[in-house]
Amino acid sequence: MNVIRFIIENHDQVIELALEHLWLVGISTLLAALIGIPLGIAIAHRPRLNKPVLASANIIQTIPSLALFGFLLPVPWLGERADRLAILALTLYALLPIIRNTYTGIRGVDPAVIEAGRGMGLTEFQLLYHVELPLAVSVILSGVRVAVVISVGLATIAAAIGAGGLGEFIFRGLAMVDDRVILAGAVPAAILALAADLGVGWLERRLRAQ
Amino acid sequence: MQRAAASPVIEFRNVSYLVDNTRVLSELQLQVHRGETLVLLGRSGSGKTTTLKLVNRLLAPAAGEILVNNLPNTQLDITQLRRSIGYVIQDVGLFPHFTVESNIGLIPNVAGWPKQRIAARVAELLQLVGLRPDLASRYPHQLSGGQRQRVGVARALAADPEILLMDEPFGALDPLTRDELQREFFLLQQRLHKTVVFVTHDLREALRLGSRIALMEAGRLVTVLAPQQFLQSADPLASAYVKAFGDGLESAANRGAS
Repeated sequence: MNVIRFIIENHDQVIELALEHLWLVGISTLLAALIGIPLGIAIAHRPRLNKPVLASANIIQTIPSLALFGFLLPVPWLGERADRLAILALTLYALLPIIRNTYTGIRGVDPAVIEAGRGMGLTEFQLLYHVELPLAVSVILSGVRVAVVISVGLATIAAAIGAGGLGEFIFRGLAMVDDRVILAGAVPAAILALAADLGVGWLERRLRAQ
Repeated sequence: MQRAAASPVIEFRNVSYLVDNTRVLSELQLQVHRGETLVLLGRSGSGKTTTLKLVNRLLAPAAGEILVNNLPNTQLDITQLRRSIGYVIQDVGLFPHFTVESNIGLIPNVAGWPKQRIAARVAELLQLVGLRPDLASRYPHQLSGGQRQRVGVARALAADPEILLMDEPFGALDPLTRDELQREFFLLQQRLHKTVVFVTHDLREALRLGSRIALMEAGRLVTVLAPQQFLQSADPLASAYVKAFGDGLESAANRGAS
């Protein structure tokens, strides 16, 4: 129960780091969604692009996170601020589940429905907006959900390059060999992951087509 | 009718269609006249669905052209072309996330009709296809197969198209429901006089609904015959069909009597 006491005593800092953490995850997931959803839609409609895009996203996923942070460090504008770098790295990691689920969701729409819509004179955009996206939204959002949960975990490593977030406690605790400090970072991070999961899940239910 | 026959609503001029260099459709020459129900009859792979999809440009021909109201359909705006043609398919393809009302009203809606006009049109169409008004707020999964196909027909008619393309619309229904819908469609067509192209592999259905029957086999048009002529045709394929379907075809050809 020392952990709880430690968290209460340092609650200002815990909250600050948690907000920083949330910001890193929020911005990067938003960016990943803004890139990944259109990309997923594109490869669902152009099957030839499907393999190269998914393969690239897959390869990014396999780069160890610490290494990726390291790779990006010398890049001019990025390297100046650790949070920029962390956001870029987190965005890259979040892409795969979002692209893949968008692709799967759109490809999963009943072909008869698409054909009927196209045949009756919906434009490709109207088909996307009125039919494909509403029918794929829950699959797409479950990809976002996976991305968020992964990001909350990965963002703890961003502290290694000085980007802040709850990882600071974890690294500090490791250095101090103090379990309380490690847990003061890890427990709020886990709670954050759960809350984000529930939050996107709620959004998913709200937006789900009948 | 004779006057209208002079200028076909749909005309295929030497149309061929290829899939991976195999001819799915060979030099099709066919005219569809105003107000008639032209049935494309043939077995699977005979090219009848391909023929249908060439009309609303879901497919593009490798050679030849398709004229709609005397204009090559490639010269018309594709969206406008499709909206002037109702399209009904076997799997219905109702939008599962839309109510019956939204399904029927989608094209009027994207075409910018005022809400009241859409609602009035939906009510009118529901009545036309024999559905209770209270079904308007249901979702497709809450309907029976027959009801779904009725909604499909109503949706195709929403913007009052001149032409209807129907691809085995009653093929997936149980025999009783199919019989009911065929009868109702026949009566509906007598009132609406749409120009209909109707695909089926069921001779009985073809005899019952068709003004003329275009028999297709392996991507070629074999012959075009009126239902009564079809029964007496000396054409080997036509008589093979008649034989395969056996007794009771006469009554089907005496349309409306059943």
